[in-house]
Amino acid sequence: MSHFEVDYFEVGYFEVLSPGVHSLIQDQGRFGQGALGLTNGGPLDASSAHWANALVGNGANALVGNSANALVGNNPNASLIECSIGGLQLKVHCSSNLCVTGASLALTINGKAKTLWQSHPVQAGDVIELGMVSQGLRAYLAVAGGFQIAPHFGSTATVVREGIGGLNQNGAKLQPGDKLPLRASAPLAPRQFANAMQPDFDFSKGLSLRLVEGYQQPLFSSVARQRFYLNHYTVTPKADRMGVKLSGPAIECTSQSLLSEGICYGAVQIPPDGQPIVLLNDRQTLGGYPKIGSVLSLDCWKLAQAPAGTVLSFEKIDPQQAHNALLLARAYDARLLAEINSRCSSAGADHDNT
Amino acid sequence: MSLYRLTLASENAVMVYFEQKMAADIAGLVQQAMPLIRQALGQHLVELLPSYASVLVVFNPFSCDHFAVNALLNKALAALSPNTSASGRRIELPVYYSEQSGPDLALIAKTKQLTIDEVIKLHQQQLYRVYAIGFAPGFAYLGEVAEQLAMPRLASPRAKVPRGAVAIADRQTAVYPAVSPGGWNIIGLCPTPMFQPDNDPAMPVAVGDEVQFVAISKAEFLQLGGEL
Repeated sequence: MSHFEVDYFEVGYFEVLSPGVHSLIQDQGRFGQGALGLTNGGPLDASSAHWANALVGNGANALVGNSANALVGNNPNASLIECSIGGLQLKVHCSSNLCVTGASLALTINGKAKTLWQSHPVQAGDVIELGMVSQGLRAYLAVAGGFQIAPHFGSTATVVREGIGGLNQNGAKLQPGDKLPLRASAPLAPRQFANAMQPDFDFSKGLSLRLVEGYQQPLFSSVARQRFYLNHYTVTPKADRMGVKLSGPAIECTSQSLLSEGICYGAVQIPPDGQPIVLLNDRQTLGGYPKIGSVLSLDCWKLAQAPAGTVLSFEKIDPQQAHNALLLARAYDARLLAEINSRCSSAGADHDNT
Repeated sequence: MSLYRLTLASENAVMVYFEQKMAADIAGLVQQAMPLIRQALGQHLVELLPSYASVLVVFNPFSCDHFAVNALLNKALAALSPNTSASGRRIELPVYYSEQSGPDLALIAKTKQLTIDEVIKLHQQQLYRVYAIGFAPGFAYLGEVAEQLAMPRLASPRAKVPRGAVAIADRQTAVYPAVSPGGWNIIGLCPTPMFQPDNDPAMPVAVGDEVQFVAISKAEFLQLGGEL
């Protein structure tokens, strides 16, 4: 049996010693509940969350061909922890494999420094600590098979504002003493995401967000649009899971009052003060401010990882370019995952021979 | 003239816009469009957000693209009929109107030069349509409030609006499903839970339904489970 297949045992749990600044259970999000006014939720940095899961065998292409594992794991929608700013401490009560990705921070297991973007086996009694972030804002901790949490309206994503999802289906953030159930797993051969491939969380040189124009775009004059693309905007402290308020040269819109309408992920709304707000995972489902278009989903993670003061600009792309970018990113991720899995598999074989 | 137009919203979302007004015939078009869109997009559909005069259609970009979605939508929406008015259920919601439960009743009465009893009567006279659900889970936007009662939002929103608060903003009215901040004018309290996540359905109303508010006494309010 190769070492990247996960052996699952009984159900155990991780205990929250300290939730840190703000830690939430998330899966890929809650979809199809918009008619009740429920937002999507889900990880603010979807790519880091995806890799945290993939590196512990919860990726779409991992574990192919093992029907037992298909029953208990192998789920890219597995529930994990989003830890904002850092400080999460967990005590392990069953053998498992975990991986931390996302923002740069110090990860220790029983006080020993461990590498981010790599899977680590843990056993009962181990203490896992995440330090405070040094670059980026959100870290993701995934376990093999995912935390076993009952979905609420089809998803475990915690939306505090709505009181929906999370460990107890009440929207609560993680609290000291919470017990997070999971299926125990035997040690995996480590899977690692090469340093060179990891996203850069240093935003001090500024960042660029690709945007597809849409919605009320015709209500913005060509001068207003030029101003929007040619100027720099700064991330303000008014940033949370709902959205990020920017500050910079005000953008004027010829109309201020709209009937409330559906807001999609990444939509850039321009309230009467002319300062753009980019709407993210926990956005309100309906709103009445004019919108100039939507930031490409592949770039939204940057906003959620960028601290206040980060300078950014918008770059217009057309819908075909956006579609191509999505397909390319997915193909790239699949190839990368296949490489990681094959490297892990051969490492496992070496291990067998020694 | 076409009954709708399609506008791009994001890399994987399209807005279906109808004539931009709060009106029963437009609400009827939104209601008709929903099942047509669901059926036309099938597995491609990720999210559908209806509102007063629009539907946001979010699709899976890995199974189709804007070109295909627009074609599917145009084909499906050709079946829209302008003369079908919305048909929903009629739902009665009890309200304990009083100065105790409706702290803004006096302000509305004064601003609109009405008595408090007239304000209460006018609010009940109208049959309201559920135009949209959003902002928060279970928050239903109801319209239209009688012209004489149209009050702008409070200049400074309250930090805490009680659960069940029946409130007015311009020509809209709503029942707050949970304690939340809010800037609407509160005229009473409704004991009917507007959002119960563990119930099926979670809400007593859906988009397209009609709502009739009925005054109840304080004793009835408490008996129905209301809390002051």
